[in-house]
Amino acid sequence: MKKSSPSFIRILGRIALVVAIIIIYAFGLQVTKVDLEKPQEAKRQEQLTNILRGLAHPDLVEYEIDRVIIDTPILVPCDGPAPPVAPAEPGPVISLSTNCAAPGEKIIVSGSGFEAGEDVYIYFVPFAQNADSEIELKLANSAVEVGDGGSFAKEVTLKRDRISEQVQTVRAVVNRQLGSPAPSTGLKETWNKIVETVFLAFIATTLGVIFAVPVSFLAARNLMLEVTSNFTRFMASLAVMPVGAWLGYSIFKGLADYGAQFVGAKPAGEAFLWALLPLVGLASVQVTAQTGNAALKAVRRWLVSGLVVAVAVIGFSMLGQLGRVAGLEWKQTLGDWSFFGNLVLIFSDVIVLGLPALGAFIGLFMLNPVINRILEPLLPKLSPAVGKVLAVGFAVLAGAVLFGVVAAALNWFYEFGNLSDVVAVPAVIGAVAFAGLAVAFDPHRPIPTGMFVYYVIRTIMNTFRSIEPLVMVVAFAVWVGIGPFAGVMALGLHTIVALGKLYSEQVENIAAGPIEAVTATGANRLQTIVYAVIPQIVPPYIAFTLYRWDINVRMSTIIGFGGGGGIGFLLSQNINLLKYRQASVNMIAIAIVVASLDYLSAKVREKIT
Amino acid sequence: MLEIKNITKIYDNTVLALNNVSFTVPRGQFLAVVGLSGSGKSTLLRCINRLIEPTSGQIILEGIDVTAAQPDELRRIRRRIGMIFQHFNLVLRSPVINNVLAGRLGYTNPAWSLLNRFSKGDMEMALKQLDRVGIKDKAHVRADELSGGQQQRVGIARALMQEPSIMLADEPVASLDPVLAHSIMQYLEQLRDEGITVICSLHFLDLVQRYADRAIALKDGNLVFDGSPSEIDDKRFKEIYGEEAQRIG
Ligand SMILES: Nc1ncnc2c1ncn2[C@@H]1O[C@H](COP(=O)(O)OP(=O)(O)O)[C@@H](O)[C@H]1O
Ligand SMILES: [Mg+2]
Repeated sequence: MKKSSPSFIRILGRIALVVAIIIIYAFGLQVTKVDLEKPQEAKRQEQLTNILRGLAHPDLVEYEIDRVIIDTPILVPCDGPAPPVAPAEPGPVISLSTNCAAPGEKIIVSGSGFEAGEDVYIYFVPFAQNADSEIELKLANSAVEVGDGGSFAKEVTLKRDRISEQVQTVRAVVNRQLGSPAPSTGLKETWNKIVETVFLAFIATTLGVIFAVPVSFLAARNLMLEVTSNFTRFMASLAVMPVGAWLGYSIFKGLADYGAQFVGAKPAGEAFLWALLPLVGLASVQVTAQTGNAALKAVRRWLVSGLVVAVAVIGFSMLGQLGRVAGLEWKQTLGDWSFFGNLVLIFSDVIVLGLPALGAFIGLFMLNPVINRILEPLLPKLSPAVGKVLAVGFAVLAGAVLFGVVAAALNWFYEFGNLSDVVAVPAVIGAVAFAGLAVAFDPHRPIPTGMFVYYVIRTIMNTFRSIEPLVMVVAFAVWVGIGPFAGVMALGLHTIVALGKLYSEQVENIAAGPIEAVTATGANRLQTIVYAVIPQIVPPYIAFTLYRWDINVRMSTIIGFGGGGGIGFLLSQNINLLKYRQASVNMIAIAIVVASLDYLSAKVREKIT
Repeated sequence: MLEIKNITKIYDNTVLALNNVSFTVPRGQFLAVVGLSGSGKSTLLRCINRLIEPTSGQIILEGIDVTAAQPDELRRIRRRIGMIFQHFNLVLRSPVINNVLAGRLGYTNPAWSLLNRFSKGDMEMALKQLDRVGIKDKAHVRADELSGGQQQRVGIARALMQEPSIMLADEPVASLDPVLAHSIMQYLEQLRDEGITVICSLHFLDLVQRYADRAIALKDGNLVFDGSPSEIDDKRFKEIYGEEAQRIG
């Protein structure tokens, strides 16, 4: 009995819990507007019936229609003798209970010689000066169904206001299907859009894979854990990388522009001579520096490789520009083969847009190893004082560059003001802050650069992965316009981040032993990846690619709802226009495509594992 | 000659795996490393080619300071240090020949090797090494189709591709059927006879006494014995392996 109070509290607790649950559900049902009255309203039920019937009658085929017209004369009002009725021809005929009647009078239209079950529409055709201005007025609200004997009789009421001294007409019309069924317009449209959809998924998957593979290595903990640096080198890298990217961008852009000016603008002969200029430089360096000591040879090697790169960039730029011209031309002139012109144009655009980006990329990652190669052997040999000075120096640069870049980026978004004014103060703050770090830390303090990259990439991936492609596509549709291209971009981006994560987990799952063994042979990092990592990840990578392809096909069928083109766009249009029979065709097509690709990729997956 | 000078390894600032270990191995010696599990044998072997970075101390191989080597130089040094592993560490999905050729990566032009191109000389050498360990006919089967003993032979062939002057072997027979152990040990013995220094961690004392010229023993990261294998009598044995240990080999 004494124990009653704890159990009493427990009962109270349970009651509170039940009340809380009831409140949560009550609120939830309220905000989601659950309302069981609505679906029962007659109007709503009629709408549901319309949709379901429409969906049940997919607009797959259409026939050529023969509109059979049977006329009979009538005089309204009956101010004279009844007009003569033409003698019956073979085939359907109609007759009236009277061919001379008062406005508003009820007459009986009877027909014979029709086909049992077909629909007859009865019209009144008022007198018209010429056949073109003829109009048909419905006499019966709905079609009359012909009885078993091929005949029908229907009482109709003549129009009150259609009076004339001339003979007017009562008309029966039957629509007869002619010939064999042909695919409907809706079906043809659907087919086009399905092709678009499948290719949308295909291109998005391909693009996604191309970028996801390298990203997955950077997002694999086991590979990145070993990439370490020390404080001074880390600061040097931070300082040097944005500078390298900017330098690479500027140099490549300059060279590309140099190459681009020859295409179209100058006579071919002159352009050719100008383009030879860097080649001449290359040759002269080769000729003049045949001998010399090691340093001279190193300088020459750098010069030669620099010139080779320059020649290549100029050449590619010219190629890209030429390709653009040719692609545009072929797109217009090749007719059925114009897609080839389009391909040339796209590739050329990739080259033209890609060269400066490539320069930035190379600059970003080139300067870094160079500086590391210099610093790595140098640092251990320096006296502590010199080492410290070097560390502080690089830290000041790194802080200034890092804060400056961040400030510049923020300025772009929020438009604080003039770039140089906005950047100056943060750069100084960054320099001072990092100098403080450099004073506090040992220059040899190890820095896990690999994990730094790992966390940055993981964070970016997790952020983008949480945004559904259907949402992303809205942004892309604003940028590049509604259509499949926006869909490709949204799906492609989501594929990169989603696959990047899945891939990187596969890298993290591989056996470490082979990596250890290949490293022990003296192989460098890249060789280790190629010989010990890649063979282990190929099967799971293929499996996940197929899995993603599956998802992309599904997504591509609905990405159109967000403006991403493909079958989804057509479907959303048809639904909005209440064209349920066409929508039904779209849905059937989606089901077929998704199911068959599902089956296909399951088969392939079975094969490879 | 390999000199190990005051090597200490502390994992994660907490686990003392090697405590100030020093010894010298003359060229062409078969040195066995014994000790309980967790005594630091694997750590010691991996410190020699710096698969594991020693916390302090020096490793000098033929006059070159391995511990001070920069990455490029370290890779050149590693080429001369072959290593075989308890779990063979083959790339199981790759053909045997690729596993063997991987031993040559330190010598090949990186660009070509990335495209999986090896010189004719390297190919011939790989087949020769496979022939040497008696599985030339398996060159083009996938590594995971081989038995454990065969896989370890591939491991040996891979290490031999490096033309090593030292061979590190981390319990090379511990995951093999005891009857297969001798065939693997005999290959190591042959290498020693060819002038290659062999440093091999072993579990079974009978193998140590049969194959090794010299043995060192680790206990909790300390070097507790350095001498001829025959000197390990029951008293020494208990010092190395602890009072409860029973001699079985
Ligand atoms: N990567 C590691 N991180 C932390 N501790 C480790 C690591 N590797 C080994 N150890 C520890 O170091 C000690 C020596 O291990 P190991 O060299 O593997 O010994 P053995 O090969 O003789 O069994 C053990 O206590 C082990 O737990
Ligand atoms: Mg071990």
